[in-house]
Amino acid sequence: MNGAQDMGGMMGFGPIMAEKDEPVFHAAWERRAFALTLAMGGPGAWNIDQSRAARESLNPAQYLAKSYYEIWLAGLERLMSERGLITPEEIAAGKPLQPAKPVTGVLTAARVEGVLARGRPTERAAEAPQRFQIGERVLARNVHPTGHTRLPRYVRGHVGLLTHVHGAHVLPDANAAGLGELPQWLYTVRFTAQELWGEAADRTASISVDAWESYLEAV
Amino acid sequence: MHDEHDHDHGSHLTDVELRVRALESVLVAKGYVDPKALDLLIETYETRVGPHNGARVVAKAWADPNYKARLLKDATAAIAELGYAGRQGEHMVAVENSDQVHNLVVCTLCSCYPWPVLGLPPVWYKSAPYRSRAVLDPRSVLAEFGVTLPANTEIKVWDSTAEIRYLVLPQRPAGAEAWSEEQLSRLVSRDSMIGTGLAKSPAEVP
Repeated sequence: MNGAQDMGGMMGFGPIMAEKDEPVFHAAWERRAFALTLAMGGPGAWNIDQSRAARESLNPAQYLAKSYYEIWLAGLERLMSERGLITPEEIAAGKPLQPAKPVTGVLTAARVEGVLARGRPTERAAEAPQRFQIGERVLARNVHPTGHTRLPRYVRGHVGLLTHVHGAHVLPDANAAGLGELPQWLYTVRFTAQELWGEAADRTASISVDAWESYLEAV
Repeated sequence: MHDEHDHDHGSHLTDVELRVRALESVLVAKGYVDPKALDLLIETYETRVGPHNGARVVAKAWADPNYKARLLKDATAAIAELGYAGRQGEHMVAVENSDQVHNLVVCTLCSCYPWPVLGLPPVWYKSAPYRSRAVLDPRSVLAEFGVTLPANTEIKVWDSTAEIRYLVLPQRPAGAEAWSEEQLSRLVSRDSMIGTGLAKSPAEVP
């Protein structure tokens, strides 16, 4: 969706505020919000694309006003309440008011190391032949899906050069919508800055995005 | 309940602090979450996983041409040789800086970042100013970080829009020809592996 998360090319946010010797977390609650989000991925049984979609569904004004871990927290609460794992009343009360739902995949301390080490690879066996080849020029489709997508607005309608093939990967658009993984070929496509931003742009710069096959068309 | 942990016990808790505490209490009481697992997750990313991992990868690539070739060919496998793998680093690509090319990594859509080699991203990487401008005007972004490149250096920006995670292989600075891998790793800053910095010169390292 064309939400506030899709920031490439926006203006007016001001200088980049890099903090010297920055700590990993800036408050105790950030630690817990981070860990709760990771830990709930097991019993919650949502996937990373549903996680991202939940964060992106925040009203743009809220998204831009919240800090990073506040956005995570809002996303986590939404995912859990959608699945009936927790209610707003329970958060307000700070204690369960309904019986727990039966869940599997609770992340115990003993499983943390293995779960992190395995990660969640997204490469899958290809279900169709590869349509585009390295060196080909391709068009990023001018599409505006109302659901989750990973094709940023700033490349839509522009032509780039296909530079890498990464195999077939889980399609976020489908996975976020609960339609299954529907793996597709994943490519890297490089656009010149002038193609994206016009003649005044830096002639030495290019921007590459990773794009699934259905995001692209032959030129 | 979870009051035995290192929370601030003061009387000035903010709304968000209270909310996260309440949330954790409910989730633990319902049996969805093991508080010891939370502690371990936090400890992992606060102390064990961080840019020192990536610095080892870069230093090895500088010191060992065969390793560098493996890293540029299959970064996931080469990085796993050093024991770094998993969450948010499942599919790695290394991109090499040279006199002709400078690479810069961003995630305009969220905060994608190669956790196993760099740890969790700094606030600026996740912030609107960086995400909006790195793709629009990378040279001005680099200048804000104090990186001024020759006008004809090609700038390649990598927007992490899928599950591919990018690691910049910075240029090896001159003057450290006789240094060991361990010494070389001290020249590798976090920002040099994102592309918003360069490797330090030997004179900068005590």
